[in-house]
Amino acid sequence: MTDVLQDKRPSVQPSGPLVSVQGMSKYFDVSPPFLTRVLQGRPRRALRAVDDVSFDIPHGSTFSLVGESGCGKSTVARLLVGLYQPTQGEIYFDGSAVSQLKTRRHLADFQRRIQIIFQDPYASLNPRWRVRDIIAEPVRTHRLLPEGAALRKRVAELLDHVGFSNKDGEKYPHEFSGGQRQRISIARALAGDPEFLVCDEPTSALDVSVQAQILNLMKDLQKELGLTYLFISHDLAVVSHISDYLGVMYLGRLVESGTASDIFNDPQHPYTRMLLDAIPDLEMSGRKRIPVAGEVPSPMAPPAGCHFHPRCPFADARCREEIPGITESKNVRVRCHAVEEGRLTPEVLAEAAAART
Amino acid sequence: MGASQSNSQQGPLNSRQGQAGASEEAPHGRLHRIFDSDIWHSFSHSPITVLSAIITLLFFLAAIFAPLIAPYTPFQAGSLHLMDGFTPPFEQGMSGNFYVFGTDDQGRDVFSAIIYGARISLLVGFCAVLFAMVLGVTLGLIAGYRGGWVDTVIMRIADVQLSFPAILVALLIFGLAKAMIPRDYQENMAIYVLIISIGLSDWVQYARTVRGTTMVEKNREYVQAARVIGVRPAVILFRHVLPNVMGSVLVIATIGLALAIIAEATLSFLGVGVPPTTPSLGTLIRIGNDFLFSGEWWITIFPGIALIMLALSVNLLGDWLRDALNPKLR
Repeated sequence: MTDVLQDKRPSVQPSGPLVSVQGMSKYFDVSPPFLTRVLQGRPRRALRAVDDVSFDIPHGSTFSLVGESGCGKSTVARLLVGLYQPTQGEIYFDGSAVSQLKTRRHLADFQRRIQIIFQDPYASLNPRWRVRDIIAEPVRTHRLLPEGAALRKRVAELLDHVGFSNKDGEKYPHEFSGGQRQRISIARALAGDPEFLVCDEPTSALDVSVQAQILNLMKDLQKELGLTYLFISHDLAVVSHISDYLGVMYLGRLVESGTASDIFNDPQHPYTRMLLDAIPDLEMSGRKRIPVAGEVPSPMAPPAGCHFHPRCPFADARCREEIPGITESKNVRVRCHAVEEGRLTPEVLAEAAAART
Repeated sequence: MGASQSNSQQGPLNSRQGQAGASEEAPHGRLHRIFDSDIWHSFSHSPITVLSAIITLLFFLAAIFAPLIAPYTPFQAGSLHLMDGFTPPFEQGMSGNFYVFGTDDQGRDVFSAIIYGARISLLVGFCAVLFAMVLGVTLGLIAGYRGGWVDTVIMRIADVQLSFPAILVALLIFGLAKAMIPRDYQENMAIYVLIISIGLSDWVQYARTVRGTTMVEKNREYVQAARVIGVRPAVILFRHVLPNVMGSVLVIATIGLALAIIAEATLSFLGVGVPPTTPSLGTLIRIGNDFLFSGEWWITIFPGIALIMLALSVNLLGDWLRDALNPKLR
């Protein structure tokens, strides 16, 4: 690494996780307008997009969040990068609480060290800016390098990093394809030499062949620069390719989290089982699966108790009333009464699979 | 940067981009790109637009180079021949001077007066549009980006103002300013007051359009990316959002220029605009109006035709620009 900004990073890796999320919740106020509330006597309403979510991301690892559309994955991403403020709970970045970053200097440092890559490569680059200005934006904003030769060199370096020639910096975003734009987004995210990248479905708008290219680029960059990723996706194949740790979200709650290999090999939560069983696989043909049944309920009126109970083949009266707490089971943290009570024996699971097919 | 791994992997991609870039940039200069663009194509294939562009350009040139083009200096009392008063068009006055559009009661050449008048009209129109644009765009950006009560306050004021005719608002502001400025300065200040009152009566359009576009743009991911980077809101507004709303602003500004010229003429015709010592087109029409029924029609008709031509061609240009920049109408 001949990186000019490299020496700003602490040489000794601290022992704690780089990012730690503790009991984070985000409620959106979706009440009708004030006048409607008064005239029609309608109450205030809150949408619980993220509800009591906790997880840690160690230095240099990739934590993936998966879940169906509308389960709050993207809200978590936006909370982590500071686009939203959590309603409850706290985010710790490198040991310090993010909400306590009051001075401009501390905030700027946090903003430099944490970056985001968005899903839509067509909306995430300003159509009126040249690519080199887009990439230089974090450097200019934080005044990391003076204008002129040093900045030009840094931009050329970043372009090279994501597989472009220096000449491409003169072009405008519309001259590039989706995958190329996503690489420009990555170059911009890397410009301030961050430690933590939040990737909000960075590949879901791309062709499968380009997806692999972007994923490989991200893995290479992680190895080279020691980056830590929060990777958000609904594509389990992509997730299994890139993750060290995995979190499964359902309607704003983190229902299962642990190392990716533990969860992929032996999922605990019934929802995770359903998701994994839904992956088409050439070798597993003929195996009994628990098919994904039903639809995600409206987050405006989530079911009481465990949010998953209307779709869960193992739900009982307790699941319908009581919100499950976190239990440790076989190295993973699960929110499920059935797992906690040990009801999910192999016989029960086989029976459920037989009944559903 | 130790990127050999990623380099080898993206090698073929690189070369493909290189070719694409080369073929695009090959021998074309910036000028060639302009003549090759859709806008130019749409412009050159619309004869009315070309004609109005030529007329507008002529007015602009005449206004800028008025002292060189005008055959007489109509507003220097010393150079006037009183005996040439009321010379009809295309005739020689008693002094032997030839007048294309005739003269008024004091022997001023109507043609020269129109050229100098267009100068004032265009100046006032331009400055008023600029003032309205700066005010409206700034307020629109703030309202759209901040939202909440700031948005409500700004847009309610805009709504209230929009419920009155623009010319009434301009009259009101003009009257107010006149009451506040000492009499001695009124003549000198009149043109500035005129610019501000027309500008203040016209900012709402810009504010509404820009607010709408800003509300769309601020939720786009490039703005959010800038926020994550830590770019300050003012910088986001002026460097990210503003370039993306300028297209629609340009269209409104062009049509607004025609409206501002007409507003200025209306105010001057009503006698509250620029003083008769430096008349605009509107003032000329008003002066000529006094003689219309005594048969000296040319004093008012020629400035009137000039005003119509100017306003119409600017308006047509604006219409064309709106259609050309709107991909849905192509």
